[in-house]
Order: sequence, then C-alpha cells, then structure tokens
Amino acid sequence: MKKYNVFSLIKEGLSGHKGWEPAWRFPEPKAAYDAVVIGGGGHGLATAYYLAKEHGMTNIAVIEKGWIGGGNSGRNTTIIRSNYLFDESAAIYNHALTLWKTLGQELNYNIMMSHRGVLNLAHDEGEARQMKRRVEANRLNGVDAEWLEPEDIKAFCPPINIAETIRYPVIGATLQRSGGVNRHDAVVWGYARAADSLGVDIIQQCEVTGIAIEKGQVTGVETTRGTIKTPKVACVTAGHTSVMAKMAGIRLPIESHPLQALVSEPLKPIMPCVCMSNAVHVYMSQSDKGELVIGAGIDPYLSYTQRGSMDIIEHQMASLVELFPFVSRVRMMRQWGGIVDVCPDASPIITKTPVKGFYVNGGWGTGGWKATPGSGHVFADLVANDEPNDIAAPFAMARFVTGALVAEHGAAAVAH
Amino acid sequence: MFVINCPWCGERDLSEFTYGGEAHISRPVKSEKMSDAEWAEFVFMRSNPKGVLAERWNHASACRRWFNMLRNTATDDILAVYKIGEKPPKVEARLPATPSGEAPIGSGNDAVKVILPDAGADREATS
Repeated sequence: MKKYNVFSLIKEGLSGHKGWEPAWRFPEPKAAYDAVVIGGGGHGLATAYYLAKEHGMTNIAVIEKGWIGGGNSGRNTTIIRSNYLFDESAAIYNHALTLWKTLGQELNYNIMMSHRGVLNLAHDEGEARQMKRRVEANRLNGVDAEWLEPEDIKAFCPPINIAETIRYPVIGATLQRSGGVNRHDAVVWGYARAADSLGVDIIQQCEVTGIAIEKGQVTGVETTRGTIKTPKVACVTAGHTSVMAKMAGIRLPIESHPLQALVSEPLKPIMPCVCMSNAVHVYMSQSDKGELVIGAGIDPYLSYTQRGSMDIIEHQMASLVELFPFVSRVRMMRQWGGIVDVCPDASPIITKTPVKGFYVNGGWGTGGWKATPGSGHVFADLVANDEPNDIAAPFAMARFVTGALVAEHGAAAVAH
Repeated sequence: MFVINCPWCGERDLSEFTYGGEAHISRPVKSEKMSDAEWAEFVFMRSNPKGVLAERWNHASACRRWFNMLRNTATDDILAVYKIGEKPPKVEARLPATPSGEAPIGSGNDAVKVILPDAGADREATS
C-alpha cells in the first residue's frame, strides 16, 4: 500500500499526479477462500480488515452485489455516539467510539472524524428524568455524558430555539462531547484500501444467490459470477439480512423498513454540533461541505424499495423549523431512503447460527453506522474463533429465546 | 407514498393509515405447552420477504377498521386488499430477478455501476 502523506502529495504534485495507484484491486473471484464476507459496506469491510489484520486470515473475499459503500454505508447521516443506556450496548458502541478516535491514522486515510458533540434534547419532565438517568448510567460505563440546562444548550448550539413559547419547549439536553460525525465514503474506502493491501479480495458487481450447505456445514456460496467454495460465510448485509439468512434456512426476528434522510443546499458553518430530538423526532448536523444533514424515524411499513413517504419528511421538517427557525428559508437539495433491518429490541444480532460456518451480523436498525469499527472488530473475532467475545456475546440470537433482550427501544436515546 | 384502497372507505392517502405488521400470525391455542423457542417464533420471528407480503393495516384517521393487504415489498405495488378473516387471494407480482437484486422499478440502486479498470482504459488514452 502506497502511504498517503505530505511527502507523497508533494512528489505527486510535482510529477503531475501520474504515480497514484488504484486504492484497491478489482480481482476476479478465486475458486475457494478461507472465508467469505457477504456485503461490502462499512461493517463488512471492517470485518474483513480485522480478520486479515488481527486473525491472520488473508485468503478471504468480500463479495458485494453493487459497489462498495453503495448501500446503507452511503445513505446514513454519519452520526457517532455511544450514549446508550444498557451495559451491553455501552460496551459495543463505546468500543466502536474508541476505535473511531484513531481509525484515520490506523488506515492511513482521512475519515474526517469530527468529535463535535451530540445533543439529545428533552421536551418534557418524564423525558428529562429518563435522560438524566441515562447520563448517570453512561458515566458508570465510562461513556462521557453530561446534562445541560437550556441556557447551556443555547451557548453550545447557538442556532437553537429555546423559547418557552414553542409547542414542545426545550427543557434540557444530554451532551456527549466525544460524539460527532465523520465521512462515510472515506471510512468505506479506507477499510477497503487497508483490507486489500493485506490480501483481501474485494469483489464488486457479484451477487450471492445461494448458500451451499452440506450436513449442516457451509461449503460455499453461489454467486452471479460462479460458485465460490468456503468453510466460513460472514453475512453482513444490512437491508437484506432476512433475505440472506433465508438462503441458509434461518428465520430472523428482523423487519426491514425504509429510513429517509435529506440534505439542504450548502451553507456557511452555522451548526456546530449534532442535535437530536426524540420527542419531536428530528435530528440535524452540518457536513463539512456545508449541507445541513437531516433525518428522523423510519417509515412504518416494511419495504425494500429504498424510498419513503413524503408525510414522514413533512413531519420532521415541521419539527426542525420550530427548533431551528433559520432553516425555514433554506432549500432542501436531495432526499433519499435506505433500508434498515430493525430488531424487536433495537439491538443488533451478532451471532453464530444453527448452520455451522454461517455467521450473521445485522439488525442494527437505524443506528449501525456509529458501530462500524466495533461491529467489524467483534464480528471478525466471532468468525475467526467460532465463539463470540464478551462484547458480542449478549447480541447472539439466543436472546430471543431466553428473553435476555437488550431492550434499547424506549430506553436510550432511540433516535439514531 | 402510496394510495391504499380501504375496503370500507375507498382510496385514501397512506398517511391516514397505521401499520399492523405481518398478517396471519395467529395466537397459539395451547400456549401453556409451548417451549421458549416456540414462543420466540410466535413473538419475534417474521418472514420479512423481499416480495409478496400479507400485512395488516388500520384506517386510523377514518373508519378505524382493520383489513389485510398483499403488497410487493420489492416495488411497493399493492396487489390485493381483503378483509380480516379472509384467505389471501392469488396474485402475480413482479419479483426481482435474483434474491437480493433490485426490482425493475422502486429502487435507486440500478442506475449506478462500478467503473472497472478496463472500462477506464480508453478514458485515460483520450485525456
């Protein structure tokens, strides 16, 4: 891998930028691999990278039906935080946050990580009590969290409207200063480049159409570019987790919904942090390009169409205009949808399955992006060792039978 | 956004309805004899198909009555509306050519392709 640094930039600048190499190869699929990761998004590429780097499994492939980062990795709103209520969630999301802090250096790729802080607003007394409880729970788990009164919120995020006269006044907020945003494409490309340089084959435009199983053991995958033999299949296909699991004869407690987001025309810097509200249901941050990045909740019905309904957008924009009156005359530029795989307890599934050698990492719902490095890290551990580590263990499928759910729905800051 | 043909009120906007999830999941009759795994199947497991789904809807902003609907989740085509207690009618749907492939319409994914190095060869020659 050619290092990116100031010297290579100067050298290439002086020689007309003719010496840059492609950041990853476009290999033909081999007949067999030690493991195959299905899904070339952030989580899948991170899984492959950690399999190669930490577990020495370099004869592996990532298979992607479209182009890498073209699914939910390219459709999310890039918010990073780890202020979840329960110990299990705090462990995995904080593991990810720790990795985010040095990921740019580790991958030698600028992921534009910005720890600008994440506000979660409270609009009534009940919600405020719940959030204060979460702040204390976060602190016990080593997650940085604090409670802000309205004047402090205004100081931290000046464009916000804290007037008591609005329909749902802002009465307080939690703040995680280490939260923030980064650049999703760069993360995907950084992981792809690093994994590729360790020998991982990234095979794009190749769709898995079947899982070959003999006597309860995975033997390979059928793809649109032929059969690939492998004893281990790691399925990381957000938006299609149920579809892929069905190929291995497995039913999951997942339902797939559209989740929409939109961006405004580019503005000069005005929004200094990420601001989220569960009660009026909208969140906003500003990208480095200057666009306001806005999102809210899922469309209620199941769909795989990557588009949603206008009433959802109308609802979140009405909330946004009340919280941030300045946006009322800002034009919105693009709107899109992605498909999120939602679990009944709003926590992911990272699990072995009854089919030996078939592993599933999915069901991250509306909030998978923030977990990308942590998810890939613990999933690689599971795939390599065939046993989950302490962080991944609570997220196994067995919890839906034992009842040991990690019920983040309604418990934590549920907006992602 | 789609328009739903309520069996009682006729065609109305989606925003008037609330969603009731997958249809035809009946409550087990001998629940006292069920294992935890069987309970998990009833409470949590869902078919979540990319294709024809039988689902329940409630016309919350008008007649407030429940009904069933068959919809193709790959395209959002509404294939049939029928009443609670009735069996789903036979329908034809435009399904994706491959299990996780994109349908002819209804997805933003089909327009963009990866540029392979070969495809870029002539572009380099002309620059």
